[in-house]
Amino acid sequence: MTRRDDSGGISRRAFLKVSMLASGALMVGTAWVRDARAGLEGETWKPNLYVRIDRDGTVTIVSKNPEAGQGVKTAFPMVVAECLEVDWKDVRVEQAPLDDRYGRQVVGGSRGTPDGWDDLRIAGAGALYLLTHAAAAQWGVPAAACTARSGVVHHEPSNRSAPYETLLDAATEVPVPEVSALKLKSRPEDFRLLGTFVPGVDNPKILTGQPLFGCDVRREGMLYAQYVKCPVFGGKVRQANTDAVAGLPGITHAFVVEGTDNLSGLMPGVAIVGESWWAVNTAREKLKVDWATTHSDSSEGFAAEAKRLAGTPGAVQRQDGDVDAALDAADTVVEASYYYPFVSHCNLEPQVATALYHESGRLEMWAPTQNPRGARGLIASTLGIPEKNIHIELERIGGGFGRRLTHDYMVETAWIARVVKRPVQLQWTREDDLQHDHYRPAAWHHFRAALGDDGRMSAFDHHFVTFGRNGETISGAGLSPNHYPAGLVPNFRLRQSLIECNIPTGPWRSPGHSAYCWAYQSFFDEVALAAGRDQLEFRLDLLSRSYGEPPLDLERTAGTLRKAAEAAGWGRDPGPNRGLGLAFHFDHGGFVSHVAQVHADGKRITVEKVWSGIDIGPVINLSGARNQVEGCVVDALSTAQLEITFAGGAAEQGNFSDYMLATIDQAPEIECHFIQTDNRPSGLGEPPIAPATPAMANAIYAATGVRIREQPWGKAGIIV
Amino acid sequence: MSEVTLNINGEEHTLEVTPELPLLWALRDILNLTGTKYGCGIGLCGSCTVLIDGEATRSCTLPAAAAEGMAITTIEGFAPNGDHPVQRAWDEEDVAQCGYCQGGQVLAAAALLNRNPDPDDAAIDEALGGNLCRCGTYVRIRKAVKRAAEYTREAGGEA
Repeated sequence: MTRRDDSGGISRRAFLKVSMLASGALMVGTAWVRDARAGLEGETWKPNLYVRIDRDGTVTIVSKNPEAGQGVKTAFPMVVAECLEVDWKDVRVEQAPLDDRYGRQVVGGSRGTPDGWDDLRIAGAGALYLLTHAAAAQWGVPAAACTARSGVVHHEPSNRSAPYETLLDAATEVPVPEVSALKLKSRPEDFRLLGTFVPGVDNPKILTGQPLFGCDVRREGMLYAQYVKCPVFGGKVRQANTDAVAGLPGITHAFVVEGTDNLSGLMPGVAIVGESWWAVNTAREKLKVDWATTHSDSSEGFAAEAKRLAGTPGAVQRQDGDVDAALDAADTVVEASYYYPFVSHCNLEPQVATALYHESGRLEMWAPTQNPRGARGLIASTLGIPEKNIHIELERIGGGFGRRLTHDYMVETAWIARVVKRPVQLQWTREDDLQHDHYRPAAWHHFRAALGDDGRMSAFDHHFVTFGRNGETISGAGLSPNHYPAGLVPNFRLRQSLIECNIPTGPWRSPGHSAYCWAYQSFFDEVALAAGRDQLEFRLDLLSRSYGEPPLDLERTAGTLRKAAEAAGWGRDPGPNRGLGLAFHFDHGGFVSHVAQVHADGKRITVEKVWSGIDIGPVINLSGARNQVEGCVVDALSTAQLEITFAGGAAEQGNFSDYMLATIDQAPEIECHFIQTDNRPSGLGEPPIAPATPAMANAIYAATGVRIREQPWGKAGIIV
Repeated sequence: MSEVTLNINGEEHTLEVTPELPLLWALRDILNLTGTKYGCGIGLCGSCTVLIDGEATRSCTLPAAAAEGMAITTIEGFAPNGDHPVQRAWDEEDVAQCGYCQGGQVLAAAALLNRNPDPDDAAIDEALGGNLCRCGTYVRIRKAVKRAAEYTREAGGEA
């Protein structure tokens, strides 16, 4: 059981200052030298920002990043514990608030693990160095002759040992080393804790319903709020009956917020605040707002524009060789178009935040956020208050998936808090959440591939029709011109066209990749079939040579593909009405391939099993790593069945009644095979999702003969 | 407003409520029992699951007044030590990712095991089909239900 302590007190003086030089080399600043000596405060030794050891032996490890279910609150302290040589059962974990001394505190880009890897190991190994040298000095023996295990330093030749808590005073006298003197474990074979299956540190609270999430925050005298925005994105309030609403039972405030033009910030709206959320929700039914709207974007309009743009050449983003000549010369040209719709993040915890604006001008917030520093910047600039006046506690996030990288809900809360001057919790409804998301954008991919006599692609032409504003792709709508198969075929061209869009979009788990990987890997299936080649062999061959700079590490990618294929028994007959499909991908530092097995009863399909080959360097928490793979596979299956559509400038879906996530009966068995290396570790919150969709779609083709070229899958009649 | 007396986690609570106030918001906003979660408000996601006389019930669509005279168990009162076979299994299988839905999942699983001590996949899918998990922990939920069933059997059938 771990206990949470919100005191958050960490000595500023005890700051191990580590900065990455441009070269990637590590440097320890002078702060480390000075502060390690001053690291003992009363009953607690604080050698750096992450480690605290009390005189009673309690070891506390601080987790700096927000926890959204990606497992970082367990995984990060595990890394520190590994290098500090303490037993996991003896560690208590504490969540840090937003604190600039920690550097990046973001759930995003699967970067937590790779970015934290050095700091966390230095924090553990640095503290261990001081303890070991303290013991060695006391015993008059060389530090190199001492070992540490389970929170005790040993000197075997003289059979002496000392628990860490007895060495705290002496540790403050040890000269602080350069980082190069520290033992930073990096090889899986050296790990005792890393790579094992460790249940999440918050499990006890989750399983007994203790307060943990943003919506669990309760403050003395707290009010509850809703914030009503125009269903048409960007609409402004002309007039609202706020006086009438303010007089309804249980309502303390109702007021118009003029807001800004920032679709990711404080949009115009009406705040309703009251003594209970239900009173606010009831009063909302009486609210009448006259909205001024400026656009009427619709899915129908987008589709018509996409069709028109498909007939235009588009703007060339990258061109290798002579694609047109190669297409003309080829006996076989494979051509297909793929479409996926807008989708919502749909966190199970609708957006929520709590704030208290003090008379002094200080703003205290308690919020689930994936990027608290970004939130602080938005709030400071919108409210016109200094960033230093804003304190943000990081509540456990009830699902992130990229949604909480955008902080509309937090700036709304902060604005309301400044008006009401009491603690206030803004809790969006599910409808608010689905209708005011920052959606993963739709796109159309038009592919043409020329097949050479050798069965390889001699040319690849790709027209990507996506969304933009003022000539730039909008958030989540971009595609790297160097994305494979660029660099894997001799003649390559990427063209791009933009549809003007007023719908807010944003990063959605593995932004872009989670959408377009399906298109590429499905089309590769079509090309391999046209070439009469095995899907695995075709892809391994594609990954066997590059033309110029390879777009991804070919060997590691092929390694995951072989691993998944071997585990699944690729090449076997899966039996009647069954099919196998596969896909590879690389994004956010992680290499993942999946093989899926599908059973079909007509067009009703069951994804029976998924085998995954994964290369993310060393695995930190085996449970957390598998969890991300399993979660990504289910997320892919769920999302492939969903769409958000727009009419008259507003989203048409409003609740699970028309945006139903996958349920337990749809979930396949999932088998993870990690290729453990001593490469630097990558994160895993994102890489497994992209290849999961096409592996399943290709298996559906193998089982049914239905090639899905449009999502959601229901458009092709496929029912899960 | 009218007065209702609710039996929650073995204790009587007398509350002032409007006739339509859902039990969910009585728990969360009046009693500060925040373990029961809001997810959709229309009984489709199961985040608000509580046990009422042992049956898994959606508290977001049930008026608090309608629960008078019934035994209401929330995740806080289910087994506060966390030592119920379902909680142990959930921890050991490390089911939770974000964890938001898991209180509801645990209660739905406990209700299932009460009436079916040895559920197969189909029975699990049917009983928990209404409890959405956005993180996709379904594979582990199945494993954990089976592990909890084992623990219950080992303990002589009584959870």
